[in-house]
Amino acid sequence: MILTNHHLASRIQASFIEMNDAITLRKVVTNQSIRVENLDVFIEDQHILKDINLTIPEKSITCIIGPSGCGKSTFLKTLNRMHDESPEVKISGKVFVDDNNIYGPRVNVIDTRKKMGLLAQRPCPLPMSIFENVAYGPRIHGVKKRKVVNQTVIQYLQYVGLWDEVRDRIRTSATRLSIGQQQRLCLARGLAIEPEYILGDEATSALDPLSTKKIEELFVKLKAKYTVILVTHTLRQARRIADNIIFMYLGKIIESGPTEEFFNNPRKQLTRDYLSGSFS
Amino acid sequence: MKFLEEKIFKVIMICAAMIILGVLVYIIATVFYRGLPALTLDMITKLPGGGFYLGKEGGVLNAIVGSLYIILGSLTIAIVISVPLVMYINFYLPARSIFSSLIRFSLDILFGIPSIVYGAFGFALMIFLGIRASLLGGILTVAMLIMPIMMRSFDEITRLLSRDLPDALLSLGSTKYEMVKVILRQLMPGLVTAVLLAIGRGIGDAATVLFTAGYTDNIPASLNQPAATLPLSIFFQLGSPVEEVQNRAYASAIILTVIILILSFAARYFSSKFSKHKI
Repeated sequence: MILTNHHLASRIQASFIEMNDAITLRKVVTNQSIRVENLDVFIEDQHILKDINLTIPEKSITCIIGPSGCGKSTFLKTLNRMHDESPEVKISGKVFVDDNNIYGPRVNVIDTRKKMGLLAQRPCPLPMSIFENVAYGPRIHGVKKRKVVNQTVIQYLQYVGLWDEVRDRIRTSATRLSIGQQQRLCLARGLAIEPEYILGDEATSALDPLSTKKIEELFVKLKAKYTVILVTHTLRQARRIADNIIFMYLGKIIESGPTEEFFNNPRKQLTRDYLSGSFS
Repeated sequence: MKFLEEKIFKVIMICAAMIILGVLVYIIATVFYRGLPALTLDMITKLPGGGFYLGKEGGVLNAIVGSLYIILGSLTIAIVISVPLVMYINFYLPARSIFSSLIRFSLDILFGIPSIVYGAFGFALMIFLGIRASLLGGILTVAMLIMPIMMRSFDEITRLLSRDLPDALLSLGSTKYEMVKVILRQLMPGLVTAVLLAIGRGIGDAATVLFTAGYTDNIPASLNQPAATLPLSIFFQLGSPVEEVQNRAYASAIILTVIILILSFAARYFSSKFSKHKI
């Protein structure tokens, strides 16, 4: 029994490494970065984001922190144009993704969103089987061949470490999974559309500590190939996994910088107050 | 004092529950007591023979088939129009659009219009178009009657859907149409509820079909022929002076109830098949 398990594990390990290589080969991405210039966002008459200018370095984890209502989530939504659905949101400024302004004329919103894999606060599996959840993205983006779809699904389920847990019930409802498993499924689903960026909107705030740890480990693994941008409430999480920190307060960027520097030597008084817990 | 309050409210609640149950039991008991002895196989397999309404042989197969034709026809029309409308006002129009409030307001008004007015309106429309009392007329008028019910109840259920699912779909790069297709799977039980409410109202309504579908002792062979319906059949049989025929009216009422039950179960069954992955 132990032998079989060990055998299985090593086989999975092998396929895992193989698959990682496959992804690296397939994704030849150059100049992945996000540059924001003079971004202002208004919701009705409220000025939510005020003159945001920043560059998000590629292939790293950038955490956006700040108290509730500071505009973190609003900012994240401007990156994949999810504000398009709300006519009361007015946006001015430029957001360059791979050197293309996504708010410029003649931009295909679908293509923009396809570049961004979004992981929401609460996992929201689609009303389909586990398999179809991951297969959905590739299918709507034109992957027809069953073999390719199957491979993609298995690859990404393995990538998020869910394959072994669900391989026997791949055709059952995604809702039967635990909430932590659902969140990993949502990550696999997002990865299956082959994005370049991963956006996480407090992606672990609904999860238990163990599931949180798994998702965090995945983020760290992901930064080898993707640019990861996370909004988080927990300073400790930011400190654990981020390479760079952006601190926002009342719609403005107060301070940003590499994690160590940010936490050890904050330059602004406001940052020091926030880090010491004077306000949250 | 607080104890007394609690006690009084409890009594009121139990009384309310008892009244509802009592009324239901009383209706069902009456219908079954008078109808069951008259419910023969002939009732559901034979057309009314000569002198049926005066106590001679026959059944109400004409009305059973006519009612089924009309409800299935009008349901088809109502679903084909309701689903796109509800999707449009919920997912294509902005959340607080004037147009969608206008549509919801109109539906509320249409919802409250008595069925006899739909009957009269349908009749006037048919005269204008030169259609005689027929299956087609009945289907169209009943469709008008049940559409507001279906749309309003489906809309209410659709509005309860959290924004998470649409957002998740859009962020994966779905188009609006691809998004709606997935959302409809999730909303399938809601749609079935709306359809069941519509069936309940549509199949039992006599006033709409009185002028528009007419009445006949035969099964309609085409859309242009008049069609009998169970509510009207019950009405005509109750109007008979012969007690035996009156009892057959109750038997017809049992048949109508059983048809609604069967349609409900069928709808629930298909809904659970289509939405087994519902969140």
